[in-house]
Parts: sequence; structure tokens; C-alpha cells
Amino acid sequence: MSTANPLTPKRRWWEFGKKSALVEAAHEKDENFYRAGQWQLVWWKFRRHKLAQIAMVVLGIFYIIVIFAEFISPYDPEKRFKDYSTLAPVNVRMIDAQGKFHLPFVYGLVRGRHPVTLRPIYEEDTTSKIHPITLFVRGDEYKLWGLFPSNLHLFGVRTEPDEFVPLFILGSDTLGHDMLSRIFFGARISLTVGLLGVFLAFFLGLILGGIAGFFGGVADEIIMRVIDVLLALPTIPLWMSLAAALPQDWPQLKTYFYVTVILSIFGWTILARVVRGKLLSLREEDYVMAARLDGESEGQIITRYMLPGFTSYIIVSLTLSIPNMILGETSLSFLGVGLRPPTISWGVMLQEAQNLQTVAQTPWLLWPVAFVIVAVLMFNFLGDGLRDAADPYVTG
Amino acid sequence: MPDQASQTHTSAAVSSSTEPLLEVNALKKHFPIQRGFLKRVVGQVKAVDDVSFNVNQGETVGLVGESGCGKTTTGRCIMRAIDPSSGEVWYQDPTLGRVDIAKLDNKEIRLVRRSIRMIFQDPYASLNPRMTLQEIVGAPLRAMGLIRGREIEDRVAEMLTLVGLRPEYMRRYPHAFSGGQRQRIGLARALAPSPKFVVCDEPVSALDVSVQAQILNLLKEMQEKMGLTYLFVAHDLSVVAHISDRVAVMYVGKIVELASTAAIFSTPKHPYTEALMSAIPLPDPRPRDKRVLLTGEVANPANPPSGCYFHPRCKYAKEICTTTAPVLEEVAPAHYVRCHRAKELTLTGAIRPSL
Amino acid sequence: MTEMDTLVEIKDLRTYFYLTEGVVHAVEGVDLTIRRGRTLGVVGESGCGKSITSLSLLQLVPAPGKIEGGQMLFYKPVERNGSAGMIDVIDIAALDPKGREIRDIRGNHISMVFQEPMTAMIPVRTIGQQITESIILHQGVSKREAREQAIDMLARVKMSRPERVIDDYPFQLSGGMRQRAVIAMALSCRPSLLIADEPTTALDVTTEAQILDLMRSLQNDFGMAILYITHNLGVVAEMAQDVVVMYMGKVVEETDVKTIFLNPLHPYTRGLLSSIPQLNETITQPNRSRRLQAIKGMVPDPYSRPKGCPFAPRCPHVIPDLCDQVEPLNVQAEPGHFVRCHLYSDITSS
Repeated sequence: MSTANPLTPKRRWWEFGKKSALVEAAHEKDENFYRAGQWQLVWWKFRRHKLAQIAMVVLGIFYIIVIFAEFISPYDPEKRFKDYSTLAPVNVRMIDAQGKFHLPFVYGLVRGRHPVTLRPIYEEDTTSKIHPITLFVRGDEYKLWGLFPSNLHLFGVRTEPDEFVPLFILGSDTLGHDMLSRIFFGARISLTVGLLGVFLAFFLGLILGGIAGFFGGVADEIIMRVIDVLLALPTIPLWMSLAAALPQDWPQLKTYFYVTVILSIFGWTILARVVRGKLLSLREEDYVMAARLDGESEGQIITRYMLPGFTSYIIVSLTLSIPNMILGETSLSFLGVGLRPPTISWGVMLQEAQNLQTVAQTPWLLWPVAFVIVAVLMFNFLGDGLRDAADPYVTG
Repeated sequence: MPDQASQTHTSAAVSSSTEPLLEVNALKKHFPIQRGFLKRVVGQVKAVDDVSFNVNQGETVGLVGESGCGKTTTGRCIMRAIDPSSGEVWYQDPTLGRVDIAKLDNKEIRLVRRSIRMIFQDPYASLNPRMTLQEIVGAPLRAMGLIRGREIEDRVAEMLTLVGLRPEYMRRYPHAFSGGQRQRIGLARALAPSPKFVVCDEPVSALDVSVQAQILNLLKEMQEKMGLTYLFVAHDLSVVAHISDRVAVMYVGKIVELASTAAIFSTPKHPYTEALMSAIPLPDPRPRDKRVLLTGEVANPANPPSGCYFHPRCKYAKEICTTTAPVLEEVAPAHYVRCHRAKELTLTGAIRPSL
Repeated sequence: MTEMDTLVEIKDLRTYFYLTEGVVHAVEGVDLTIRRGRTLGVVGESGCGKSITSLSLLQLVPAPGKIEGGQMLFYKPVERNGSAGMIDVIDIAALDPKGREIRDIRGNHISMVFQEPMTAMIPVRTIGQQITESIILHQGVSKREAREQAIDMLARVKMSRPERVIDDYPFQLSGGMRQRAVIAMALSCRPSLLIADEPTTALDVTTEAQILDLMRSLQNDFGMAILYITHNLGVVAEMAQDVVVMYMGKVVEETDVKTIFLNPLHPYTRGLLSSIPQLNETITQPNRSRRLQAIKGMVPDPYSRPKGCPFAPRCPHVIPDLCDQVEPLNVQAEPGHFVRCHLYSDITSS
């Protein structure tokens, strides 16, 4: 079966399955289309959703950052630049003090005093030389994934050995860490906690939803009522109590895993309902009865006739539950009951931005919020696109 | 209706040509009505309520009635697609001999389903959209273990050609095809294991007029070529008249009349049949005779009237009709009616002098 | 037939649908005349454009459809200066689909009954509320009077116990009763034209007979015209006095009902008639061959209309190099009998 895209994708996509006779007659033209299996059709339909395409790209970038965080970050996230703590984001310029145009660069910083508060502050030293931002710079040592040592970073500032020009694109926090590097590393936790949680939820949801939908009766009633109760509980307080019960002295990884489990408690419910609903409707379809009359075994009927019918719905449900997980972890960690320093996650970083004074004086500490928002939005767009494409055979 | 001796299946495979291929005897299917959290049963919907008829080898028996009469449920019970509540369905199976489908166990059912097949009404819901035609038409062959591998592909090609589709279409998916073509695919699937008996559940109701004609012709052609016997369930009386040798009229779960097509349509003996005949809109512009218009609504199968189910709407009803349920009896040769007054009434049929 | 008899005249109507896959010419130059007090049957199979034609007449074409050309002249009866009998000619095609004028016509002068009564009514309002809404809107009477009129209308559609049904919700009624309620709604303002789009297709045959009978008697009482759309030739024979056959967005044959059955001229009409099982022949000649004369092939893909006559690929009398190249014009083959077919085009059109 050919997997090539048809010649003119925009023209080819087709509202098939629709009972309107306007589109009922089959065309003789595109054999590719006639031989296209379910996933091919889903893909073509998905490609029409503009926002979902954007979301795919953005999320792709995010996850590349997650994988190559060590390489992409300009600095080691744990490294403290004591002299340069709580620094506002440096001014990345393209036009220098004399008005000349250069590629992106920064000036060095010189220490001074704030005129009013008399506190030491750093200011741009426009008399110093221009430090262009270059790619592939040697910098802090790291071990990629803990295995491969290197000191090559994606971008940075080339400096003489004795001078130091801080490239804090999003500023630094109270301990002198580079915000951007920490955000990149924080992505590793924040964006993967969601995935793990979702896989746990997937199995629970599939099995319990499957039992409810396939067997019906008492099992169905019990499972549905349990779901009703769980969904009625307020999530944040429940998460908080469970997370607060975790011992403080556990290693990071263990805490991380259990936080994931806690987040999945609610995740499976929505999926279970989706699975059950689809199973109930698919059971009544004529083609399922035809399969039974053909002599297909129950196992075959589930795997070949019913399961493909809702696999795409499962994917949609899962995609749309990831934002909840991300927000959940961020909230828990922000409130201090999820992950804790020295673990780096976006929620943990936000612990520093808990009072108004901080936020007013050092607003750049809130940058992780922007990343959370973008991640959540992108997953929602992706989920929307998938949902529209999920059943290519349904009318409308 | 011949007496049914209670016998288990015989081992002989030879079917007598004088014995009917299918004998349905006192078939009943009741659906429980459940209410409340604990799903207590508060009543029964008597979808099929004491249905008996025969189908002979090679003939087409039409099963007609309006919505809710139980004709579809009857067809499905015969196939054991749903389990009957009671009754017998005697069938001359080529392998097992004469068996009561209603009492068979799972293993035997699978064997019987090689020779009894079904065609469905909705061409868009009866084909798995995620399987190619080869997989769909080949499914019964594969699942029943009749043939394997390369032979399945050959047989699928043969069946597709037989129903008027090109064999290379087997690589395509159902979404490539129109309603009429999908019914052809469904027919190919039904006939792939070379059955003897086919239950046609409203196979042309969802199709356009011109496509209907093609499919009806195809059904007839297949019947002649493969020696098939049909049970044709439908609500369109002209179509049923065209394709059936004999017709059974159902009302609220019971057969009210059973006779040859010509007899049912020209000399009906049940008031309901008369009303049906009178109601058919004929493609004939000449003014009609006075119509028999029914009053009231179709009886509720969960709470049918006493005595004869049809009496509240029947203009010939008498005292006895409200108290005693009539039985299906032979009032003329091979003409069965369920009506107390069948012998005394003269009713009008649908016949018209020719144009 | 004088000019005074004409109620609606559709001339060269074109309605196109702009879909991402291409443009569908749902209605491609349709000419229709609906006469006062008479029933015009529009016959055709799925995709021929009959429903879109009727929606166009009420400017109800759903997006992405658009009326692209033609005129729809409505000869609206008005009362001016106290004297009835005056006619206003309104071109509905030129009206704003959201404007006041078309809303004055809808439900008031031209009403519509659809195929599926359950979806035609609002499930959360009573029958009475839905009928009186229309009456109050167009006639400006009080609620109580509107209710009286509604009960009267329900009685006229032979609904049992109208004073009880008026407070029922649609789900409480059976299919036949719902269709009667919908008809009552449509006729509540005594329109001069009732458009019925397959109103009995979803009903059982006995209920259908009742509804058809009802519509004929109402037509007698109210003197309204009916535009009856269906694919069922039997129903056409029962209901219509004039018939129009449509195929792929065009009218291919137009004449009175007797002629269309006794002397059909267009190959498509003849194909349709020979492909339906004729009960007469079935009963009186039980031994004849059970083959129907089906029309070969299928309705073409609406995105790629064949060149020339749209029926040419399926026509048993196709003339090569003519039918597949040149579109046939509408000619009057006999008095009052119009055909769009090259077989008859050597007869000069009127």
C-alpha cells in the first residue's frame, strides 16, 4: 500500500462515509485514497488542522530540549554565579551604543550602585567590547544523559579566560542560577511526569473501561459509580494530602515516581468512560454482528473489529489529559508538596516566586509560567487536531 | 403446519426434497423491560410472539410488516444472531442433518452458520471500515477454517466478480464505494462460504430506486446460479411482491397471514393485509377505489390488546375478537390466516386492471 | 392556464456548494412552474438537487451553498386598499436570506414539511407552543386566540383529542402523529404553497396512506398548492397533478402525471419506471421473468460532471458524439410535455 501523499493533498481530502449523496458516488481517480487504511486517513485529516500542525512543531522543539538539555543550555543549571544573583535578563542587542548594527550580542556587565537603594547592581558596560552570541561554544562541563562527557554548548558567549560575561537570557534567580538553563532542565521533569502519568492512566482506563463496556451489568455500574466519586473529589487538596504524606527524605527519583502515580489517580477516569462509551456503541454495530456470524472468535472481534474503532479516541483522550498532569505537577511543586529542590522542575522554580514583593521586584522569576502555558496550550491544540481526525469514517 | 415430532438432530446428511429446508415452530422472543437502579424486570416486549412457518428449498419467502412487527427479530433468531426465548427452528444442514438451531451448542452453531448467512440493511454500517475488501469477504472463509492462504484470495476474487465488482478492488477499503456497491460486497461476503440459505434483512431499503433494481436482479441471479433459498425481510411491499414466492405478513410479533404472493396481494384474507394492500402507493395515475384507511396506532408489543391484537383497528371486528386470540389456520389451500372471520369475509386486494 | 394561475415560477435556478474538494453544482439551471391550488411532484433520486431546489425557494440554503443565479418569482396575493385579488411579484432569489421580506414569506405564505418530524420540532417545547409561535409571529393575535387556532388546526389534521395533544411534547407522540403536528404547524397561517420534502418516507405504509389522504383533503379545504418532493413514483401517482423529473441538478422531463406514466419520453424517466417492481404485473403474470430493467451504472461523481448530457454515460439510447459533447436543450416534444434530450430536439421548442 502506497504511503505517499496524494498529489494535491488539499483537494483530495474527502468527507467520505457521509450519507449525503452529493459525495456518495466513488471516484475512479485516486487509487491511493481507496487503498488508504485507517491511519493514513487519520493522518491526512490531521494535517488539515493548522493549530495542531503548529503544536506538533513546538512540542517537537520542547522535547528535543528535554532530550538534549545539557547541550542546549548555555550553563550548568546547578552552577551558582554568586556575584550575579537575581540579575535581570541581559539585554540582547543588535544595535550597539554607537548605533551600528551587529549580529546578536551582549555587552559586559560592570558593577555599580543603585542610586536610591545603594544596593550593588550590575549594569551594562557599553564601553566594553561587543560579545557576540555564537553557536557551538565551549563552556561548562557536563555528561550528556550522565554518560557522554562534553563541554560543547549550543550557544553562548566566547570570552577570554579571565573575563566573565553572563548570558542570562531570562535572568538569574536568587542563588545565581541561570534561569534559562534551569528552565530547560526543568522541562525534563515537567514534561515527562505527564507522559508517565498518562501511560499509567492508559492501562487502568483501558482495562476498567473495557470491563465496564464489554460486560456491562453490575461491573459496569460499580466502575461507573467509582468514577463518579473520584471525579467529584477536588483534585488539588487530594493531591496535596497524598503528596504531603510522602516522606521528605526519599531520593528524588522515588518521589518523582510516586508523584506520577498520585497524578494518575484521576487520569484514568476520563479514559475509562471514553472506552466504555465506544465499546457500548461498537457492540451494536452491524459489522460486529456480521463478524460474529462469520465465525470470528470473541478475541478476534475485540482486536480486529472493535479495538481499532476506538484506538484513536484513546490517543485523543490521553493527549488531552497530559496538560492536567503538567499543571498538577507544577501546582504541587509550587505549593511545596510535590518535588523539592534540588530537583529542578518548573513548579519547583516557581517556589521562589511566592510573594508579591518578589514578583514585583524580580518578575523574571515567573518565566517558567510562560513555558507551562505554552506547553499546556500546545497539547490542547494537538489534542483538538487529533480529536477532529480521530474517526475519519464518521459523518461531519 | 406439519406436526413437530420432538426429535434431536439426525445424523443423515441427505435432505429430502419434499421436506422443507427451514421449519420455524412457535418461535418467541421476549425482551425484558428493566427499570430502576437494580434493573428489575417490570414487563416484556413480545417482539416475536409465536411465529411458525416453513421455507422450502429454492424458494423465496417474504416477511413483511410495519415497524415493530418483529420481522427483523425473527430473521435474527433464525440465525441465532440473538437467542430466541422459546420455540424451534428446524433446519436441514448439509453436514449435521436436520437440527433445531435454537438448541444447538456453540460448536454446532458455528457449523450451521456456514450454510445460513445474512445480508444486512445498512451498507454503511455492515462493513468494517478498517478492513480491506479481501479481509471482509475472506473473513468467513478464514474464520470458519474452510480454506487457507492463496485459495482465500482466489475465492474472494471469484466472489467479487460474481457480484459485479472488479477483483482488483479487493485491496480497497469500503470508503471507496457507494451504497449499492457496498451491498454487493456484503452479498459477496454472505455467499463466500457457498451457503444454502440466506436471510436478507431489508437489503435494498437504504438504496436509491435505480440501484435497488440492480441489487434485486443480482439477488435473483445469485439464487439461480447457486441454488439459494431466501428469507426476504422487508417493509416495501412492491419489492417483496417482486422477489417472493410466498409472503408472510406480521403484526405485533405474530404472523397474521401466510400465502403465495399472488394470493396475498390479490385475495388477502386478513383485514390487516387488506389495509396494507390498500395503502401501497401504486405508480399508476388512475384514481383508486375507495381506500381502507386504518385508524389508531400500531399496538404496543409491551402491552398488546386482549384477544386479537388487531381488533381495535379492525373494521370487521366482532365480540369474539376482543376476547379470544385467533390461531393461524389454513382457510384455503396453502393459505393460512389468523382471523376469526377469515372464512366469511371477502376482502379487496391490490390488484388493478392492467394499464 | 392563464398567468393568474401561476403561483411560483423558477427560472434557471443555480445553486452551488463550495466545498474544499471542489464546487458541486447541486442545482444547475432548473425551471419550474407551480400553479395555484395544484400539486407539483418533483421526482428524482439522491443527489439530483430536488431538496436543494426547495430550500433555495425559501432562501434556506445552508453554507457553503449559495444561490448563484436565476429567478424565483413568487406571485404573492395581497390585499391593497381593501380589495383582494392583487398580485405582488417578488423575486425570492434577490431577497436577503436574513431579511424581513423572506421571513414574512416563510411560514406564512410558503411553508415546509420535512422528512423527519422528530428533528423538525423543538424537543423541549410543547406542540402548542410551536404552532402558536408561528401564528403569533405572522398574524399578531393574542396568545389565547392563537391557541384556539392551533387546536382548530390540530383537529383539521385529524389528530385525536387536540386539546390534550396541544400540551404534549414531541417525544410523547408517535411518528404519524408527529408528522400531523408538523403539518399543522406548517398550515397554521394558511400558506398558499406547502413544500413537502419526502414527508412520508420515514413512515410505515399505512401511516403514509393516512398522511397522503390528509394532505389531499387539506389541499381541498385550503386551496393551497403543494410542491411534493419524493423519490417514490407511487406517491407521485397518488399526489401530484403535474410532475417534474430531475437528474443531476437539472429538470429532464416535465408534464402532467398521467402522461409521465403512460408516455414517458426521457430515457431516465423510462429507466426509472422500468426499474421499479410493478405490483400489477407481479400479480397478474406470476410466471414471467423476475428481472427488472435496471439503469446501468451509477450517478456520476458530483465533482466531475460529464460533458454534454449528464445522463449520457448510462443512457441506453445515447447518440455518440452528440450526447456526450453537447448539452441538450429543453424542448416541448408535445403540448405541455417538455423533455431535455437530444432524441427529441429536432422538434422545435416553443
